[in-house]
Amino acid sequence: MKTLKTFGYVLALPVLLVLAWWVSTLGTVNFFVPTPAMLVRKFGEVWFSERFFSDVLPSIGRLLVGVVAAILIGVVGGVLIGSVKWLRALLEPTLEFFRAIPPPVLVPVLMLLLGITDTMKVVVIISGCVWPVLLNTIEGVRAVDPVLSDSSHTYGIDGWARVRYLVLPSASPQIMAGVRQSLSLGLILMVISEMFASSSGLGFTIVQFQRSFAIPEMWSGIVVLGLLGVAMSFIFQWAERNILRWYHGQKEVENAA
Amino acid sequence: MSPAAQLSAGSAPAAGRSRQVRKAPAKQLLGVAGILGFLATWELIPRLGLVDERYLPPASEVIAALVRDFGLTAFWASVGETMKAWFLGLVIAVALAVLLGFIIGSSSFLRKATNSTIEFLRPIPSVALIPLAVLLFGVKIESSLLLIVYASFWQVLIQVLYGVADVDMVANNTARTYGLGTLARIRYVVFPTALPYLMTGVRLAGTVALVLAITAELVIGSPGLGREIALAQSGGAISGMYALVLATGLIGVLINMLMRFIEKKALSWHSSVRSEVIV
Repeated sequence: MKTLKTFGYVLALPVLLVLAWWVSTLGTVNFFVPTPAMLVRKFGEVWFSERFFSDVLPSIGRLLVGVVAAILIGVVGGVLIGSVKWLRALLEPTLEFFRAIPPPVLVPVLMLLLGITDTMKVVVIISGCVWPVLLNTIEGVRAVDPVLSDSSHTYGIDGWARVRYLVLPSASPQIMAGVRQSLSLGLILMVISEMFASSSGLGFTIVQFQRSFAIPEMWSGIVVLGLLGVAMSFIFQWAERNILRWYHGQKEVENAA
Repeated sequence: MSPAAQLSAGSAPAAGRSRQVRKAPAKQLLGVAGILGFLATWELIPRLGLVDERYLPPASEVIAALVRDFGLTAFWASVGETMKAWFLGLVIAVALAVLLGFIIGSSSFLRKATNSTIEFLRPIPSVALIPLAVLLFGVKIESSLLLIVYASFWQVLIQVLYGVADVDMVANNTARTYGLGTLARIRYVVFPTALPYLMTGVRLAGTVALVLAITAELVIGSPGLGREIALAQSGGAISGMYALVLATGLIGVLINMLMRFIEKKALSWHSSVRSEVIV
């Protein structure tokens, strides 16, 4: 009974919305809004074809490479900058400025420097995604509990062991917050880099449909991007739950106390 | 700052403060040195021929172009267009999100019923709506607004929902016992609880809105700084393009500062801000 109720809560509103959409398009032919059945048919036709291999997979590949590289650079750089006091003071204002630049403006700049290549698109994603991870890591490393830090010092835990067992775990909630921002930025940058200058990829295909007024196909592309965003958010939540399990447990204990 | 750090900073105020006073200018000097170092590196890379000067003009040229821009009405007109889209989009998004957030948040039935839909719609990247915006509005400000509102709305809504859910049940029941009506309780109990969350949401949304405003101008071509950047790039005005990129960065920094200032003002009564002021 209880599972049935949760099930109802999860499904009721989406079902109602789709029904409303279906009823409102019933019997009318609106140029801009396809009927649900048409959208589903086009979705299958357009995306379950060689387009999946020629446009969707390369886009996802570039996104993954970019985001993973940005996270690695951000965490390594952040631990380094965060642990050295003068380095932090030296670089922080410059880094804050770079973070404040809206990442999409880097597309024309990098296009100029690297040409319209796969490398350019990956670099666009990296150069946009690296800032939230980097600055959050710096902040997290800086805020390591001084008592823990002194204790590990006393026990002679230094160098790599210190990073592995003290710095990274205590900064990880902050790092994950940065990664969450980076993921949604990465998806945006992937689409923009393909819309702005490309001849393949998801973003390019969707704009192409829009320019040739293939409206249901365009909508199906929007749906693909939406599904991609939702999938990434689920994967992130799963990863966060696993990586930060100790942290959420600790929070619960603290809140209960 | 962790609670332990706050405690130790508070328990030794005299020694801590005198040290801080001496340290603060040194830290700022280092920061300035960092910026100068970055500019010097930027100046040297094209001058030494590591990157072609046509693609990466030296810093001095770009800054000169930026200063020239500051004297042009056309530059300020595009800044104005960008800021107008940013401001309108942000205001619409915040108003919608606050209204819906309070309605959904104050009923546990609505919260449970809308949860799946919100979690599904939220991660959809707003740039997916670009083709739709172009079809519906063309290269007008409404295109930018559609993207900005969609992206910022979720940031604020989620925070408001958290905030409304965080209301202290004892405080709420006490207010009910004293005969406060629904509206009075929203005004005096729920609103103050949700305000810190709301301000966080607005600050995040402010950054996102700027990104989307520039994106819309860059990709769709609605008037503003983003379009100027795209035009400068395709027209070969390279130092002009870099100058505009710097300008967007400056706007970003200003927006961050403005948002932090508003947050501080609006929450001056809240303990998180008050303790910061004391320390």
